[in-house]
Amino acid sequence: MSKHTLSVLVEDKPGVLARIAGLFSRRGFNIESLAVGPTEHSEISRMTIVVNVEQFPLEQVTKQLNKLVEVIKIVELDPTASVDRELVLVKVSATAETRGQVLDTVQLFRAKVIDVAPDAVTIQITGNAGKIADFLRVLEPFGIRELVQSGIVAIGRGSRSISERSLRPVAVPAPPAANAAG
Amino acid sequence: MTGAQSLVTSLEAAGVETVFGIPGGAILPAYDPLMDSSIRHILVRHEQGAGHAAQGYAAATGRVGVCMATSGPGATNLVTPIADAYMDSVPLVAVTGQVGANLIGTDAFQEADIRGITMPITKHNFLVTDPADIPRTVAEAFHLASTGRPGPVLVDVAKSALTADTRFVWPTELQLPGYRPVTKPHAKQIREAARLILESRKPVLYVGGGVIRARASAELRVLAELTGIPVVTTLMARGAFPDSHVQHLGMPGMHGTVAAVAGLQKSDLIISLGARFDDRVTGNLDSFAPGAKVIHADIDPAEIGKNRHADVPIVGDCREVISDLIVALRAEAEAGRTGDYEGWISFIQGVKASYPLGYDTPAEGLAPQYVIQRLGAISGPETVFTSGVGQHQMWAAQFIGYEHPNTWLNSGGLGTMGYSVPAAMGAKVGRPEATVWSIDGDGCFQMTNQELATCAIEGIPIKVAIMNNESLGMVRQWQTLFYNERYSNTNLQRHAGPVRIPDFVKLADAYGCVGLSCDGPDEVDATIEKAMEIDDVPVVVDFRVHRDAMVWPMVAAGSSNDEIKYARDLAPEFEQDDL
Repeated sequence: MSKHTLSVLVEDKPGVLARIAGLFSRRGFNIESLAVGPTEHSEISRMTIVVNVEQFPLEQVTKQLNKLVEVIKIVELDPTASVDRELVLVKVSATAETRGQVLDTVQLFRAKVIDVAPDAVTIQITGNAGKIADFLRVLEPFGIRELVQSGIVAIGRGSRSISERSLRPVAVPAPPAANAAG
Repeated sequence: MTGAQSLVTSLEAAGVETVFGIPGGAILPAYDPLMDSSIRHILVRHEQGAGHAAQGYAAATGRVGVCMATSGPGATNLVTPIADAYMDSVPLVAVTGQVGANLIGTDAFQEADIRGITMPITKHNFLVTDPADIPRTVAEAFHLASTGRPGPVLVDVAKSALTADTRFVWPTELQLPGYRPVTKPHAKQIREAARLILESRKPVLYVGGGVIRARASAELRVLAELTGIPVVTTLMARGAFPDSHVQHLGMPGMHGTVAAVAGLQKSDLIISLGARFDDRVTGNLDSFAPGAKVIHADIDPAEIGKNRHADVPIVGDCREVISDLIVALRAEAEAGRTGDYEGWISFIQGVKASYPLGYDTPAEGLAPQYVIQRLGAISGPETVFTSGVGQHQMWAAQFIGYEHPNTWLNSGGLGTMGYSVPAAMGAKVGRPEATVWSIDGDGCFQMTNQELATCAIEGIPIKVAIMNNESLGMVRQWQTLFYNERYSNTNLQRHAGPVRIPDFVKLADAYGCVGLSCDGPDEVDATIEKAMEIDDVPVVVDFRVHRDAMVWPMVAAGSSNDEIKYARDLAPEFEQDDL
């Protein structure tokens, strides 16, 4: 099994997330992470989906996704030519004795304290999965009280955009003629 | 105008002539303008009948079938035909009423989230709450249903949108940025396919329902005759290539002919045209056609390589693919390059001659295979045949000679018992000049026979031949073969005593149809001819066939196609195994 990151451009219409989630569940594909949000085009949303599959089923995943009418485009991001980030908010116990160490860790990882209470701090960190796992491992001994994590968002490096040329209309065809095969 | 008037005007603009449906609360506003429309609405007795009728209409004519129902139970009763149309790629538009927009999500009376329910079984679906969206949505629904890989599209319209005031504006362009089916095959892939075809020594044309949907039968025949390559037609493709043609090996798969199964199994090149390597065709996939390379042409890229690796994938409409292959192979032939299939053809023709389809005539009683064979022979190849699902379906696929596309309609992928009678009704509406025979089992018939009332009242004179073995025959066959003859719940007349319940002749009579019965082989021809003479009302013939008839050949589920049995405990022997 290996992880693949798909960037999926979809029409911003009600139910599109249900369609995609339903497709994954019906076809037995596993979603490891899914993040969705608006893009630079108001009619288009972008999903970043991380799937954990072999190369061959991945082709089925993308082909089946492409069949969804509201899916405009799918790009598999090459890990060496893209950047991915996730966001974690974590509430860690921090007493008078441990607060200094916790704050050192925050500095080391270039994370950010966003809330302070007498016996805890809430920290925001962004990064890739590896950095976040390392950070959480270091925080673990202090006592993690609550943790919330976003899905991964990812984008290709360089100047090219995947969302150009995506919204062309098609002409309405004439009603089909009868085909009474004899 | 109202949204309801806009909806009916939109259906007219989309070219709809016939709608099958039943009104109800949420769709009620649409039924009022329907009264003044050029569209013929056929009032069915159950929404499932509306859906299958629309499928039968579509499959017989190649046009989009349309069905209509109200919200909640009306819509959920359409689920089976929608799923059926999805599996068999039938162009279908289902229009359903929905509760008013302000009630959606409140568990209102007759509310069901039919858009959510049908998401996995439609090509696409819509919920319309703004009446201004009605014309564009209808235009998009018909475009989606009929282009690319055809399929069902559901349009759910809130009652509030039907009653609101709106303007009808038929769109000039569709906003479907994510929908661009590829119909024109890639030239490089065609060249590569032609090269493999010429290199191979044991090729076979594996023809699926896509050839019928693409209206590519004429092109297929040219390709087959140009190359001499043997042809197999799947359950969905019966009629795509004439059964009388010498190159035709018959139907492959679980109940296929020995020649068709062996033709795929022993080939070195499978040229798959609009077929999808379904498990009922391949048997155990790991041992399917082990020596074959695969050219896989399909309009749906997701079918290519889904079950079997494709050496040459071709995305495109079957008619264009076949036409381009013909051009490429003709050019090769002019340059002196043709395939050498002589040894293969003589081998496979030998198999075809050694293992024709057959059946045992019972010592007493009526063989269902005989009845079906006589139906085909007497009614002739211009007839449209529909079937339900089970033994009678397999016999109808095996023992009727199909010569034309769109003359064999059945539920192949989903396997829906009850498809036959309403599908025949829809086919007869679409092709009123054709004789339409519904071949059905007594189990299937009892699932949807209420549409006989529709047929009688609406003047749709279909003919129904019930293969009445008083059993769920195919299940019984599996119980015979795999469950030690323990017939759990397959006897439809258990406890009935000497009276048959129901009496199908009386039932036909009650529905305003002519009911006939037939008990013995010597009455078969006369009964069929009598049924053929009646052309003003539907006819139902109760053929009381013997119960122990079984469908052969058979590859048991999950087995390798090498394990095909010609008859019980009888495996075919191939003399040229090292061919």
